[in-house]
Amino acid sequence: MRAALFVTCLVDQLFPAAGEATMTVLRRLGVSVDVPIAQTCCGQVAFNDGFWDEARPLARRHLDIFEHADAVVAPSGSCAAMVREFYPMLLRDEPALMERAQAVGHRTYELSQFLVDVLGADDAGARFPHRVAYHPACHGLRALGLREQPLRLLGKVRDLEVRRLGGAEECCGFGGMFAVKFESLSSAMLDSKIRAIEGSGADYVTATDASCLMHIGGGLSRRASPIRPIHLAEILAAQ
Amino acid sequence: MKPSPHIDFDRNAREALGNEFLQRALRSAMVRFRELQAPVIAEIPEWQALRAYAHEVKLHTLGRLDRYLQQLEQEVSARGGRVHWARDGGEAATIIARLARGRYVVKSKSMTSEEIHLNEALERAGCEVTEGDLGEYLIQLAGEAPSHIIAPVVHRSKESIAELLSAAAGTPLPAEPEVLTAAARRLLRQRFLRADVGITGVNFAVAETGTIVVVENEGNIRLTTSLPRIHIALMGIEKVIPRVADLAVFLTLLPRAATGQRMSSYVSFITGPRRPGEADGPEEFHLVIMDNGRARIQADAEMRESLACIRCGACLDVCPVFERTGGHAYESEYSGPIGAVITPLYRGLRAAGDLPFASSLCGACGEVCPVKIDLPRLLLELRARVVRERGASWSERIFVRAWTWVMTRPARLGFAARAARMLQRLVRRRLLPLPYPFSRWTVSRDLPVPPARAFRDGWSK
Repeated sequence: MRAALFVTCLVDQLFPAAGEATMTVLRRLGVSVDVPIAQTCCGQVAFNDGFWDEARPLARRHLDIFEHADAVVAPSGSCAAMVREFYPMLLRDEPALMERAQAVGHRTYELSQFLVDVLGADDAGARFPHRVAYHPACHGLRALGLREQPLRLLGKVRDLEVRRLGGAEECCGFGGMFAVKFESLSSAMLDSKIRAIEGSGADYVTATDASCLMHIGGGLSRRASPIRPIHLAEILAAQ
Repeated sequence: MKPSPHIDFDRNAREALGNEFLQRALRSAMVRFRELQAPVIAEIPEWQALRAYAHEVKLHTLGRLDRYLQQLEQEVSARGGRVHWARDGGEAATIIARLARGRYVVKSKSMTSEEIHLNEALERAGCEVTEGDLGEYLIQLAGEAPSHIIAPVVHRSKESIAELLSAAAGTPLPAEPEVLTAAARRLLRQRFLRADVGITGVNFAVAETGTIVVVENEGNIRLTTSLPRIHIALMGIEKVIPRVADLAVFLTLLPRAATGQRMSSYVSFITGPRRPGEADGPEEFHLVIMDNGRARIQADAEMRESLACIRCGACLDVCPVFERTGGHAYESEYSGPIGAVITPLYRGLRAAGDLPFASSLCGACGEVCPVKIDLPRLLLELRARVVRERGASWSERIFVRAWTWVMTRPARLGFAARAARMLQRLVRRRLLPLPYPFSRWTVSRDLPVPPARAFRDGWSK
């Protein structure tokens, strides 16, 4: 099996360890991984903020770059959902481009989705001796329907204890520009999420998305909490 | 129509967040709604299929509104009812005020009547109006607007409700729900018995039989539609459905999604006025069918599905934004995710263009909507329209354009990223401020520690 890594701009620039970990996990499960060097950003930042004219060239670039891959894997439910679910909407006035988007979209997966649904692997061969709370990131959960996949993978990690997270499916309040445009609302949502994480008795909080973890981690750090954010890929890569 | 004032949702949200009572009341009410809804939804194995079916019925009907509305008019008329057409809220209010002029009116809870500020128009026409739904009655006593589609008074404490009812009853009442409800019942019963005119909304209007269906729990609609001599029902054009059989689906979905009930306590089917030989019912039945901007939305292919809304409030109950702002922050009868979609459509992007952005796009609303309205998609569509037609702030435009300029060339990204990492270190050491609006990130959150190098810097290895 061959797959192209869609590393996402956020992981690339701010959380490279999650990108490295994604490579490690995929290779360990026998996938040969290509990293298309020209990739940058899928355009979600602009798209979600209403700047569709600005997002379109980035979508077009993304399709040019990933069109020839058998499978595209991203350490992010949100960016995978952008390609799978939202490119057809963004590109609807350009039928040829939309067709290409649908084709690439069908082959684009979030990491846990790819491991469980495509490879049929729920054991990544990892060991992580800690208590972990899992936050289901919204786009993965609702746009991609990832309910079981991450938890099945975590369930097979040796010495890992999954702690129950109260109100798990409530958003952490990130939402891209929402976090700055409606800072007070976003912070209030983050506050509820962090209280739930602190109440879970976990040492680590994990998610499929670096964006939510950046938000949650920013809040944990501000409160000088000992709980650490960690990307799901990094847990699956740990041995 | 005079231009609506700009809705500053961020300011309103801050105010709501500072109100501790409101925060507690909203949280507990929304959690309660969700706890009631979940089990009665889970017990319907075909729930997802029913949602899809209801969506199809609504979209089918919305595509043929002219045909179904004509059929509805014919059937209502054939059964002795009178149909009135209103282009906008002003016309609808004028029609109703003319029918009710100078009379004593009881009115049941109706979002459509809130939308057109019907009570004010009736009072101008010399009518005395009493809201018959308990929550709406309290709102009327307080001179406020409802703050939730089905729980209009969720923002008030029982103490403040005791004050309102004590003043209305002319005697001090304790802040005990049972006592207060009994007092309200006594006050309202007199009004129902005295009323000449009953006004209701419409949950569903069945084209094939000319039947209107109204759903409630307090029995006030039953009284409103059976005691007074005249019954006037007000509906938006989108409330028509083709067949009685469709109600089997809609009446399975609506009570479960709205109040977590298997069926509402009262479901009234009203087909025309009292017929010869019947013991009760009004002598006159009037159906006011109102457009008020709906036909424009119907013609808007991308937004049309927003008209499928059956006003259950489920999207409010799961919305993390609504749970923290309540309904008043939206400055509109329609709040929560559906309000953030339809208020800009009714009032314009200039007035209400902030609302579609007031969402983290978590998608919870789209997941629960019993008629499967893709609310996150509608919010995204509206954001694009706001940027295109109203324009974004200059700081945002600069940010997004710079972002896309950088991201269209990996070399630019490499260069910009190195510069940004340097700046980020300075910001973290507080040697440099973050530019607005990003400075708002650090109000409650730290910036991530920049890694020594980006993932792409290691690609060559």
